[in-house]
Amino acid sequence: MAQKTLAGKNVEVTEEGYLQDFNAWNEDIAKELAQEEGIELTDDHFKVLNFLREQYQKEANLTIRKVGKSGITDIKGFYALFPGGPLKKASKIAGIPKPTSCV
Amino acid sequence: MENQEKNHKIKKVSIICAKGNLEDVYAALVLANGAVMDGLEARLFFTFFGLDAVVKKRMNKLQTATVGNPALRMPNGARMPKLLGMIPGIQKMVSNMMKKQMDELDVPPVDEFLDMITAGGGEVYACKLAVDMFKVSKDDLSEHVSDILTVGEFYEKASGEDAQIIFT
Repeated sequence: MAQKTLAGKNVEVTEEGYLQDFNAWNEDIAKELAQEEGIELTDDHFKVLNFLREQYQKEANLTIRKVGKSGITDIKGFYALFPGGPLKKASKIAGIPKPTSCV
Repeated sequence: MENQEKNHKIKKVSIICAKGNLEDVYAALVLANGAVMDGLEARLFFTFFGLDAVVKKRMNKLQTATVGNPALRMPNGARMPKLLGMIPGIQKMVSNMMKKQMDELDVPPVDEFLDMITAGGGEVYACKLAVDMFKVSKDDLSEHVSDILTVGEFYEKASGEDAQIIFT
């Protein structure tokens, strides 16, 4: 566990940089986390991030397939928004724990 | 140490599937999809009986063997009696049960799985020898198959720095 300053706020993160506290998240923190991944967040990104946060709160098992069926974006679009590891990167930016699913 | 591990991360995997059992095909698909999900380059190569996984008419009807499969258990956890596995229809029933359980875990049918893999940039190939041997034409193959390759062409595509070849 480590401390990190994101958007002027001190937050707890895991060794891999995932936020520890779901409620510590805000859009500015998301933007800064995204920058670290080389992603400039747009409204389309936020739609996915909010979907992931909602699903996480419902304790759903998050998979790429679920995002693809969300109606927000398809799988190709998801990969385009968060290149090189969409579920992990989007989860990190959304302030939810590292995904544990194999699909 | 951490940096060293990061530098030697696998960058590319080529996965060969030579069997047409449900479990062998899914092992290959899960590995390929997992690689794409993690930002690795992934290529799938279907050969011999594994070719069924990319033959349109057969891909969603794969089955798991109920004869000669000692690990097969019934829903109550007891081993499946060997003779039971031979009863007509049992293999289909068991296979459908497995598919249902996988669907609950968000593991899709074969065609949709290939959709997911190629959407993420993964590539799917069929083996030329198997295609000739089973007298399958390009039209019989899923649209996700981008090419029919010889062994030499496969090695060409599989090579590269930090590349791995996996046989399921």
